[in-house]
Amino acid sequence: MISYRAPVAAGAVLLALLLPGCAPTDEPDSAATPSGSASTSACAPADLSTKTAGTLTIGTDKPAYSPWFVDDDPSNGKGFESAVAYAVADELGYDRTAVKWVTATFNSVIQPGVKPYDLDINQFSITPEREKAVDFSSGYYDVTQAVVTVKGSKAAGVKTLAGLAGLKIGAQVGTTSYKAITDVIKPTAGPKVFDDNDKAKLALANGQIDALVVDLPTGLYLAAADLKNGVLVGQLPATTSGTIEQFGIVLEKGSSLTSCVSQAVDALRGNGTLKTLETTWLTEAAGAPLLK
Amino acid sequence: MTSDRPGDVPGQVELHDIENQAEPGWTPSARQRERDAYRRGRTLRSVLIAVASTAVVGGGLVAGLVSSPGWDRTRDTFFNWDVAVDAFPEVLAGFWINVKIFLISGACVLVFGLLLAVLRTLRGPVFWPLRALAVGYIDLFRGLPLILTLLLVGFGVPGLRLQGVPTDPVVLGCVALVLTYSAYVAEVFRAGIESVHPSQRAAARSLGLSGPQTLRYVVLPQAVRRVVPPLLNDLVALTKDSGLISILGAAIDAVRAAQIITAQTFNFTPYVVAGVLFLLLTIPLTRLTDYVSRRYGYLPAGGHL
Amino acid sequence: MSESALLRVAGLRKVYGKSVVLHDLDLEVAEHDVVVLIGASGSGKSTLLRCIDLLETVDDGVIELRGEEITDPRVDADAVRARMGIVFQAFNLFPHLSVLDNITLAPRKVHGVGREQAEQRALEMLARVGLRERASAHPDELSGGQQQRVAIARSLVNDPVLMLFDEVTSALDPELVGEVLAMLRDLKTEGMTMLVATHEMGFARQVADEVCFLDDGRVLERGSPEQVLGEPQQERTRLFLRRIIEAGRL
Repeated sequence: MISYRAPVAAGAVLLALLLPGCAPTDEPDSAATPSGSASTSACAPADLSTKTAGTLTIGTDKPAYSPWFVDDDPSNGKGFESAVAYAVADELGYDRTAVKWVTATFNSVIQPGVKPYDLDINQFSITPEREKAVDFSSGYYDVTQAVVTVKGSKAAGVKTLAGLAGLKIGAQVGTTSYKAITDVIKPTAGPKVFDDNDKAKLALANGQIDALVVDLPTGLYLAAADLKNGVLVGQLPATTSGTIEQFGIVLEKGSSLTSCVSQAVDALRGNGTLKTLETTWLTEAAGAPLLK
Repeated sequence: MTSDRPGDVPGQVELHDIENQAEPGWTPSARQRERDAYRRGRTLRSVLIAVASTAVVGGGLVAGLVSSPGWDRTRDTFFNWDVAVDAFPEVLAGFWINVKIFLISGACVLVFGLLLAVLRTLRGPVFWPLRALAVGYIDLFRGLPLILTLLLVGFGVPGLRLQGVPTDPVVLGCVALVLTYSAYVAEVFRAGIESVHPSQRAAARSLGLSGPQTLRYVVLPQAVRRVVPPLLNDLVALTKDSGLISILGAAIDAVRAAQIITAQTFNFTPYVVAGVLFLLLTIPLTRLTDYVSRRYGYLPAGGHL
Repeated sequence: MSESALLRVAGLRKVYGKSVVLHDLDLEVAEHDVVVLIGASGSGKSTLLRCIDLLETVDDGVIELRGEEITDPRVDADAVRARMGIVFQAFNLFPHLSVLDNITLAPRKVHGVGREQAEQRALEMLARVGLRERASAHPDELSGGQQQRVAIARSLVNDPVLMLFDEVTSALDPELVGEVLAMLRDLKTEGMTMLVATHEMGFARQVADEVCFLDDGRVLERGSPEQVLGEPQQERTRLFLRRIIEAGRL
């Protein structure tokens, strides 16, 4: 018995000393650069400390949905977000060949931590909770949530929020669309939660849910082009009244690129580029009734 | 009673106390008393050493962990008490869904798995189609990943829009779980059935019992008792896979509830809370397995040499 | 050979894979007789008994019980087996049932006897073999000799017309052999027809009406115990008996 104890004890002590080394080290305390504030640092490729020098690495999900991207290929520049991404890159001084795309799943983007990309663009709404974990650029698009269904579904003819309360409404987990269900529609059966919109669309087509909540442009696209006999039921009022939900570009918390990217977005808004891209890629939303 | 001499292992039971019960009135000699005293002393010493060394090593590990850089943030992100308390009601509500699914599919799996095993072990050429069917079924559903079966059944079946076929994701999810786990459990039962010595069947038949009677009164009771440990093992696995039906957009189970809260707060404590709830279910189950196996499972061989 | 044979075996042949275990075997057992089978292991004694009890299908030949051919595939084998009792070397009691349940299983499930009646009958049978107070014990709590007596009781409770014994004392400690053999003696005085495969020559001498020596799947020699055990005609019989004597079992 005695012969075993010494090496075992020594090993345990060694392990105890090594463990702290595995613990996460504190990240440098970020003097949080608020989005959109003017910064004195220059915003050219030479000045920006990107993951790969001289290249702007942008992340988005796979599959990349319309009307934000086209043909699941972010690098073709088609689709609203693809176009915005290349416009921002251009503002910062990166030409098309200097932009690299990587895949990043929706949930992984808004987690705190080091990212494999410089920025991510994927229909992320700016929320106070998310801002604790990641940085956002200025908003590049004002969002409303919409309710989508198919012809023949119980939700098809609904005109009011009350009419939705008894139905099965679905959304993707962790999205503001999900929050819209729990905070605005408040269905009696509770929300139906899916890993991603692909599964939610399947359930809708199968009649397993009566309606789906997504952002308005996605909803318009689904109703018009993606779903068979898709119907746009209407827009939802904002989750918190008085505020406008906005999509923002997501960056690592405390990233040195945040202020420059924000400036770029502001510039694009100022010179009307964002508006032009909206008109090109996003369907006119005027026809979508507001559900109250 | 064997007496364990080699090494005079400290802590060894003092055998003469047990023998005393068989022969009251007997007292040990002085020599024996001295031996017992020595052994008691050694036992006490080794216990003290074990306790002390455990305290030192354990304490050292804990101290090292707590004083390491980044421990505060780790603790906040994974073990935040306030978040845990907030998240607990929703995660618990989701956990009831897991328990219900586990109980219902578990019962179905046991029944269906036993049926498959019996079909598979039928003897005689006339039963070949049934045996082949059982083998084919088992091969198929053991080979398909559970998540594929879930997606196929959960989304594919409703898409066919057949009359009278349920489309509720909870029902379909349970169906997928039962389809898959029955295949595993069938093989466990089969192993049990085939482990019953053929002489048991011979004895039963020789008494005039028919084939089905032999199966029901002699073979299956023994077979099932023998495989209680691996059977409960599979059932514990089922408790955890019960949560997978949430990918069908079914009711919000513990994991999904934790995921929703985590997505809003970026704190992983809800996952830890869900994990603790699962452990509270599975660990007693495994202890129950041990108890049941000890009491009923380990039968001596049916008298065969 | 009497005309009123209870059991008649003619031309029996049984093959396992490549080896022929029973070659054209003939045997007759008259009612109330005790026929003892002796022979080396591998001579086919166990196989013969299993074939008679329809636990194996024969490859050729005929077995008749009370004149009815039981090797006919159209015959209900379960019903035939219910009329015969067989006791094995390895007791083969059902370990998950109590002694009482072991004995009442067949009467209740095969013969449709009610539970109370079956248990009463079983307790009587247990009293006969001297094990009444162990009725609620499980087989693993009994000694070998006790288990074998329970096995015999279990077979007897079905009221068989013929009892087959396959080396029932070979697995027992010597001091337990006596109690089982005593049981068999009692059964004979009650008039049970028995076919006994055994190495116990003393028993054969005292109890058997006829002794058959099996060799290589055939009955090589048959006759009264005095004839076969005392003055064997065949050389192989003599060889076998000499070995037995040397082993101290005669």
